[in-house]
Amino acid sequence: MQVNKPSQSLKRPPAPGVDRTTLMLVGALVILLAVGPILPRWAMFMLNVSLSWGTVVLGMLLLMRTGLVSFGTGLYYCLGAYAAGALHHFYGIADVAVMLAASVAVAAAVAVVLGFLLAKYRDIFFAMLSLAFSMILYGLLVKTSALGSTDGFGLSVKTIAGFPLGEWERNLMFSTTVVVAFCAALGMHRYLSSHQGRLASAIRDNELRVEYMGASVRRVIHVNYVISAALAGAGGGLVGIAIGHVDPEMAFWTTSGEFVFIAILAGTGSVLAPFLGAIIFETVRSFAYEYSPNTWQLILGTTMLLVIMFLPGGLWSIFTRRKAA
Amino acid sequence: MGKMFVRAVAGLALAAVAAYSGAADAQQKRDKIRIGFVTFLSGPAAGPFGVPARLAAEAIVEQLNAGKVPAPYDTKGFGGAPLELVVIDEAGGTTKQVSEFRSLVSRQNVDYVIGYISSGDCLAIAPVAEEMKKVTVLFDCGTPRVFEEASYRYVFRTRPHATMDAVAAVRYLLEMKPAVKTYGGINQNYAWGQDSWNDFDLSMKALKPDATVTTSQMPKFGSGQYGAEISALLQSRSDVIHSSLWGGDLEALMMQAVPRGLFRRSQLILVAGEPYLHRLGANMPDGTIVGARGTHGVFAPESTLNTWLHKAYRTKADHDPNYPAYSVALAFLGLKAAFEKAKLEQLGGKGGKEEMEKAPGVGPGDEQLIAAFEGLSFDSPSGRATMSLGKGHQAVMGTAYGTTKRVGGKVTVTNIKRYPAEAVTPPEGMSSPDWIKGGMKK
Amino acid sequence: MNQFLAIVIDGIIYSSWLFIIAVGLTLIYGVMKILNVAHGSLYALGAYAATAFGGYWLAQGYPPIGSYGMLVLAAVFVGLVAGPLIERGLLRLMYGKDEVVLVLVTYAVFLILEDMTKLAFGVDPLSIPEPYGLLGSFEIGELMYPTYSLVLVLVSVFVAVALALFLGRTRHGKVLQAVIHDREIASAVGINVSRVYLVTFTAGVMLAALGGALTAPTISVQPGIAAEVIVLAFAVVVIGGLGSLGGAALGAVIVGMVRAWAVHKWPEVELFSVYAVMALVLIMRPKGLFAAPEARKI
Repeated sequence: MQVNKPSQSLKRPPAPGVDRTTLMLVGALVILLAVGPILPRWAMFMLNVSLSWGTVVLGMLLLMRTGLVSFGTGLYYCLGAYAAGALHHFYGIADVAVMLAASVAVAAAVAVVLGFLLAKYRDIFFAMLSLAFSMILYGLLVKTSALGSTDGFGLSVKTIAGFPLGEWERNLMFSTTVVVAFCAALGMHRYLSSHQGRLASAIRDNELRVEYMGASVRRVIHVNYVISAALAGAGGGLVGIAIGHVDPEMAFWTTSGEFVFIAILAGTGSVLAPFLGAIIFETVRSFAYEYSPNTWQLILGTTMLLVIMFLPGGLWSIFTRRKAA
Repeated sequence: MGKMFVRAVAGLALAAVAAYSGAADAQQKRDKIRIGFVTFLSGPAAGPFGVPARLAAEAIVEQLNAGKVPAPYDTKGFGGAPLELVVIDEAGGTTKQVSEFRSLVSRQNVDYVIGYISSGDCLAIAPVAEEMKKVTVLFDCGTPRVFEEASYRYVFRTRPHATMDAVAAVRYLLEMKPAVKTYGGINQNYAWGQDSWNDFDLSMKALKPDATVTTSQMPKFGSGQYGAEISALLQSRSDVIHSSLWGGDLEALMMQAVPRGLFRRSQLILVAGEPYLHRLGANMPDGTIVGARGTHGVFAPESTLNTWLHKAYRTKADHDPNYPAYSVALAFLGLKAAFEKAKLEQLGGKGGKEEMEKAPGVGPGDEQLIAAFEGLSFDSPSGRATMSLGKGHQAVMGTAYGTTKRVGGKVTVTNIKRYPAEAVTPPEGMSSPDWIKGGMKK
Repeated sequence: MNQFLAIVIDGIIYSSWLFIIAVGLTLIYGVMKILNVAHGSLYALGAYAATAFGGYWLAQGYPPIGSYGMLVLAAVFVGLVAGPLIERGLLRLMYGKDEVVLVLVTYAVFLILEDMTKLAFGVDPLSIPEPYGLLGSFEIGELMYPTYSLVLVLVSVFVAVALALFLGRTRHGKVLQAVIHDREIASAVGINVSRVYLVTFTAGVMLAALGGALTAPTISVQPGIAAEVIVLAFAVVVIGGLGSLGGAALGAVIVGMVRAWAVHKWPEVELFSVYAVMALVLIMRPKGLFAAPEARKI
């Protein structure tokens, strides 16, 4: 199954320590950290949520490079958010760092277990089985009135790694999201350039050949699955903290569908693409809600069709195409 | 490629800064009062609740701006300043709604927000409104958790919470049919359906301990096919069947259950049945106990305000206003009453309509508005509401139930019984489940 | 009457309904390898068209028995209009893209149709209850069932048998099977694949619309019904094995029976019974129950 034309990463020479993508990532980090505090609050919040979603989609990018599309990312996104929320709800812990660690840990732990099963699946069956798991979580949460059923519950944060957030809560949360997204993107970039990371595209192009080479396809897929789940968990934790509320909707299939939407919109050409895709998606959606409350679905759907038709490599291909020209 | 990205980011930042400085200007003027109005425009809640609410909001704003609302609301707009609505779709879940709320407040610069039908959205929005210090009136969501689990300064709810729906249903049922032995339920499997059934079940256990539960059916929200559920209910042979279904789900249940004779076997209670009286017609069996989640719609007492709402709503729709429309009226009129009370104090405590309309640009700050709103009593088409719970932020009203009876092809409601607020709502500082378990003492 | 019988009858009725809403999905997937997310919207369109056609018929004062014909006509109408429009106007430009991208394309169609339906029919629930009550009801033991449910069961059996005969016994059916098996070879031996696609997609849309049209008398037709149906139809089709007609039937029976059992015996789990079954089946048979073996391409 090919989501993209044979990947660019294969054509690129092995990445040295500092390459263009790394430079861009650092540049984006500096700019975002500098610009964040002077942005209007709505824009800062939208960026905050978009970057968190970008982190989730970054995990999907890894799976897509491996040739797998998950319609059940909501499972880990929701687990991450509920892990953070439960710490606050049941134990009164209100530390961002602890919560995020829990988000990642819970999502990754569940992924390790489910990964044994899912690593055997491909194509639409991988998509559907992951969707089934995510919908089971949704059903369980809806049934759990101790967790507020469909209404969910609220959470709030007070400290980050022990330091009080105080007045600067929003700014610090934004900076935290930026840093987490940066680390995730940089880590993913390094991983994709590593031997194990390169196997991903190889598996997508031809599994059998990878096996002949002596690598274990299932192990690579399993590892990539866990990484992608951990990122989804981190994204879920970040969103849960930013919103201050978690509910089962996060595990519903439409949530996962939106992540796939963003991933296709963005393209898998670069680790920066998911973040750009998420920002554009959220901006289009927000303005469509406001200026055309009756037809925002029409606008989103049309946008998606146009991107698929005219930019098959996703929005990111605008940049690469210009470069080639 | 790097340059492009840097340029894009820089452009975005510049645009944002520009928008921000523009926003700062807009906030100082008060020639118009901008109200963000959030309601379902798509999805299953749009038809029965969301769109009637929007129509009501538009009608009320037009009437307020024209100064056509009966006294004491005859001052134009809010204290002479005309209103402007910014309508947003509530669909999409809490994550999007929190984002949208923030945009409403800091991008659209609305002065106040009125909105939210879904309880989940209310629970998520309230802390954000508090953080952003934006006076927000929740108009239709029912969960008691909003003010029982937290307290807010900037958040108000002008309709009573949902505990009374179940408690009054039980009180009415026991008055009408004191010999009830068995009861079952069919409720949607999400927070409203579960809470509604739990409250009903707890209230029955408190007031009629010898009655037993037969079956509690919890179909998925929006499932539409109730064949198996109806068979299970038929076989349960319950004296009473409780249901909090609404919208298309309720209509589908009635269409499928009535031909199968379910309600010849069991007494049906529809907690939120009022909006469908005119729609269900032949499919609404005589003798069904219905409520309107408050003294709205057919349960609203006769008054000039009630007549006015009917007329105003009829300019926008071809049917009478249902309970969401009444909830909207409560929200707008409550906020207006508080606003004008604060404005009069600001003007020196004397004068009235003329003085306020002479100074449309003058308006109270949020602190004065909140002080005026807390504990306020105000009239509405549904009767008088008092903001007496949640430290003066949660309205309390009585409620009513009735029994359907078809008269000449039209469904009417008879045997209406009214319950004062104290009989159906827990007092301040007590959670709803505790109060019900404790026997619902005043 | 014992509960077991009730479970079986409820299960059969629900299974028939599931089969009608799922069969078009599996047909389209089998032939075109498109998992059509917009299937639910086409179901909704069928339901809306049924209220419009049936409502018109009854409003004219024609004999109410004709409203059944109007339900079918509504489905045929939606199929003939929406099918070619979507296939020729959109999907044809997308063939050759990845399966998952095609899912996204149909997801976009789903979003667009959702708003278009709203613009065309409004958000108020519409209904056409007459055909449901017209046939009266019958009693089994102490339980009353509407005769309309029986009609639904018969229609669904008819659709299954007709499709099976068409695929197995007719020339056109064999052509279709050739395309299902290998598109390239089929087109190499002179089969007009493009036309097969057009006809299949139109037929699939018509079946989706038929599901909606036949459901319309039992529900109130309103926004949101599309999203509910599509996940159910997915589950049924995936359990049975994507693209398999027998699989869709078996999947419908399994899901229908499990759900009826859950409602009677254990209502708390009804919400996720379908997904639990789907996960279990996929765990045991990774490609569903009736999946065709596939050659690994090197």
